[in-house]
Amino acid sequence: MTWQRSRIRLDKDNRAFWTGGANGQLSICKCNDCGGFTHPPREFCRHCQSENVAAHAVAGTGVIDTYTVNYQKWAPDMEVPFVIARVRLDGAEDVCLTTNIINCPVDSVDIDDRVQVVFEEQDGIWYPLFERMV
Amino acid sequence: MAREAYITGIGMSEVGVRLTRSPMGLTMDAIREAVADAGLTLDQIDGVATYPGKMQTFLGFSPIGVDDVIETCGLKTRWHSGAAEATAQLGAIADAAAAVRSGLARHIICFRTVYEAAAMARPEEFPPLERRKDITGNSQWVSPFGAFSAACWTAQFAMRHMKRYGMTREQLAQIAINDHRNAALNPRAMVDEPLTLEKYMETRMISSPFCLWDCDRFTDASTVVIVSAGDALDEVKTTPIRIAATAGSCDRYSWDQAEWASAYPTGRDLWLNTDYTVNDLDMVQLYDGFAFQPITWLEGLGICAVGEGHKFIEGGTRIALDGELPMNTGGGQLGWGRLHGFGFAFEAVVQLRGEGGARQIKGDPGLAVATSGGGPMAAALLLARD
Repeated sequence: MTWQRSRIRLDKDNRAFWTGGANGQLSICKCNDCGGFTHPPREFCRHCQSENVAAHAVAGTGVIDTYTVNYQKWAPDMEVPFVIARVRLDGAEDVCLTTNIINCPVDSVDIDDRVQVVFEEQDGIWYPLFERMV
Repeated sequence: MAREAYITGIGMSEVGVRLTRSPMGLTMDAIREAVADAGLTLDQIDGVATYPGKMQTFLGFSPIGVDDVIETCGLKTRWHSGAAEATAQLGAIADAAAAVRSGLARHIICFRTVYEAAAMARPEEFPPLERRKDITGNSQWVSPFGAFSAACWTAQFAMRHMKRYGMTREQLAQIAINDHRNAALNPRAMVDEPLTLEKYMETRMISSPFCLWDCDRFTDASTVVIVSAGDALDEVKTTPIRIAATAGSCDRYSWDQAEWASAYPTGRDLWLNTDYTVNDLDMVQLYDGFAFQPITWLEGLGICAVGEGHKFIEGGTRIALDGELPMNTGGGQLGWGRLHGFGFAFEAVVQLRGEGGARQIKGDPGLAVATSGGGPMAAALLLARD
């Protein structure tokens, strides 16, 4: 896809997630006390309410929990169809990301497919997209 | 009686697309009808509730707030609420019920005014929402990936049901087909002709497995429900419909982190707040902004097991007007129009009063559930005619 993605307003909570791709890292908010993950990222751990949380680089692999093939042009420059998926991340319990599955025909995607992150950069934001692992 | 809450009046404006009557005009049409229906006058109204309240950033979505109603109607209120973070659309009615039970008000106007079709047609008057700059909050986690619409979010839950539980498009289609069949019998509904399975199957996809018929369309309308206190019933002339229970549970406030939509915990918890059981239901009015959502409510309420909702509606006979559990008897949002939740409470009252005309279900129905919401939002009302 070459269309203009939504431009995120960066703040202290979300900066690591949206810019980690510059270093090739998928960064998820993790608690240094209880080890739990909090996504979307927050100032407090959602499991133990500790403030001792920090961005943690995860493997960047996961599995397709579910997906949809989108055919509707919600914006004039959108190229359709494309796959929107919910990817369950490896190594970050209970964290899912809404994302796109790219570099494959839209009708080849299925639930439980193994995927890995690929970043697409636009205007300083590194969008984590996924492609199927072969 | 004193600590009960009742729906005593209902009203609705014209329902259409690209209407020229103003949002306040539509709201007043619905208020006047509801107040007259209850046999009340505006000076007896002492509360106002709405969802989500006026949203300046997207005026077509909610152009009228509590302030407009208080000022336009000259009300002197003792309680009001306009809450975008209510449990869901029908949470406004649940909150009003709690207010009259607590003695905070006697007669509350609950309203929902939508104006998205007209607003899209008149962008100079209703500037469109900028969806791609300075994104914050929850939309940042979905909109960068082209998932602007709740259609894309809800479709993923539906796809999981197809892959995990074997739901077919033919089964899913029964929601829209049932809605169209019932709407054709409802003179206030936008849709006036049935939908065939053949036509459904050949219509273009929006976000798989949802085709065009699975998604409600922008509508201009206002719906009003009057909620009255149990000790104020001698002031109304209609058959009061008791709000026997409400629920609005949420396990994760997120569209994409939750394993299940909030319809599941909310449906489960509705029965904790009443002596009625699911077997007492005579009908269901289940939110269907997208066709899959009634399936989540059927499963959440325990009408069928998780993963069985599509089998429950298969063929459409069970949920038809003459079926064992009639569903969305007025046409739902796919047939009546996108009344955004309030239409389900309205229609439950119509049916419980026996005023459904050509679409009235048989058997003197006494108990209905009305729901609204999708994803993290969910509100359910249990409505009874005593």
